[in-house]
Amino acid sequence: MTDVTPLPPIISSRRMMATLGITALVSGVLVVAAFELTRTRIEANQRAALEQAIFRVLPGASARQSFIVTADQLQPLDGGADGVVIHAGYDRHGRLVGIAAEAAARGYQDIIRLLYAYTPDCECITAIHVLRNNDTPGIGDRIATDPAFLANFRALAARLNTERSALAHAIVTVRHGRKVEAWEIDAISGATISSRAVGKALNDSAQALVPVVQQQLTVLTRTPRGSP
Amino acid sequence: MTTPLRPDQTPPLTMDTFLQGIWRENPVLVMMLGMCPTMAVTNSLRNALAMGLATLFVLVGSNALVSMLRSLVPGTVRIATYIVIIASFTTVVDYAIQAISLTLYGALGAFIQLIVVNCIILGRAEAYASRRPLLHSVINAGGVGIGFTLGLVMLGGVRELLGSGTLLGFPVFGASFQPWVIMLLPPGGFFVLGAWLLLLNWLRGRQPGAAPTPVPVHNHGR
Repeated sequence: MTDVTPLPPIISSRRMMATLGITALVSGVLVVAAFELTRTRIEANQRAALEQAIFRVLPGASARQSFIVTADQLQPLDGGADGVVIHAGYDRHGRLVGIAAEAAARGYQDIIRLLYAYTPDCECITAIHVLRNNDTPGIGDRIATDPAFLANFRALAARLNTERSALAHAIVTVRHGRKVEAWEIDAISGATISSRAVGKALNDSAQALVPVVQQQLTVLTRTPRGSP
Repeated sequence: MTTPLRPDQTPPLTMDTFLQGIWRENPVLVMMLGMCPTMAVTNSLRNALAMGLATLFVLVGSNALVSMLRSLVPGTVRIATYIVIIASFTTVVDYAIQAISLTLYGALGAFIQLIVVNCIILGRAEAYASRRPLLHSVINAGGVGIGFTLGLVMLGGVRELLGSGTLLGFPVFGASFQPWVIMLLPPGGFFVLGAWLLLLNWLRGRQPGAAPTPVPVHNHGR
């Protein structure tokens, strides 16, 4: 005699669809409610983090104004145009202190995002602040804390070529102890990939932004209308 | 003499419903489940605590909803339903952490979103919440969530202490301490977990009449 296993009851497609539909509806309500309840707070956190980072890389600034960089123009952020956002920092006399802009490149584990300060007077990068870095703790994350590495950015050359169309010398990361030129970044020993990512991010961003910023300096040096 | 329960009978609510996830079936220290977040985010006590509490919230919320819907969900679509429910609570906790602290959110990285595929949560939904009433499911999920948080905190505390010389960011050993950087790296996570398992098994072995701890044979998913 053979054992006959009873077949499971057949569930109608309508019941399955109803179950999934109700579950999706409940989930949708839950997610939308969470989004609406936290949206204001998240936006405020993002604004505060950016504000803090801008004034950290532009320590002499007391006010800022944001601009959109289009093909070869600068427009105020509220102009509705699409493009890269830069932030001009001004001291209490309304003088331009420098420009803060975001840069990004792939690191060891993920994209490294940073904010850097560019000073038009010296045509150099004067500070960086790491916004996001998931590289190895204790090794790759030293790009944000290592004093010797951060010293690279006291006056990292970002001068334009004679045609004023690109950087005269690309910003590059060199192996630890091999830095000779003003546009070179001395890598952290043991964290070469993260150090190179910083160099690549700065070079990619500066190659695109510095020609426009230098060309539009008159727009930037006007007295700011206040911090947006 | 106690009468054995029929398959359709619900066992009574006892302290063990809550405590089994904390000690006897601790997900990290006994069942060895959820090893990916365990190794990845326990490089500091703060990250470990945040990850543990986020998982606790998703566990309790999703198990409560699974238990409430258990008589309505046909067996053929149950896994899809559980995943949608778990994903919803994971999204809620993702938004909540962004609202609390962007620094913390950045430190936990993708592991918050990956709670959705944490086998502890799906395992509890399938093995417990889909067969038990709401109160049983919530209490059991709470115990498992606290057990998971406890496991992460035990690892995160030791790794931060030895790897950075701090606890919750406050210096403990003074400026002369040379941090053991390896403790912040993945191998350090295995060293500390191994040391805790050794200590806990030794303590269990010293208990009178204790049987040797069985080696877990679970699939070590996320």
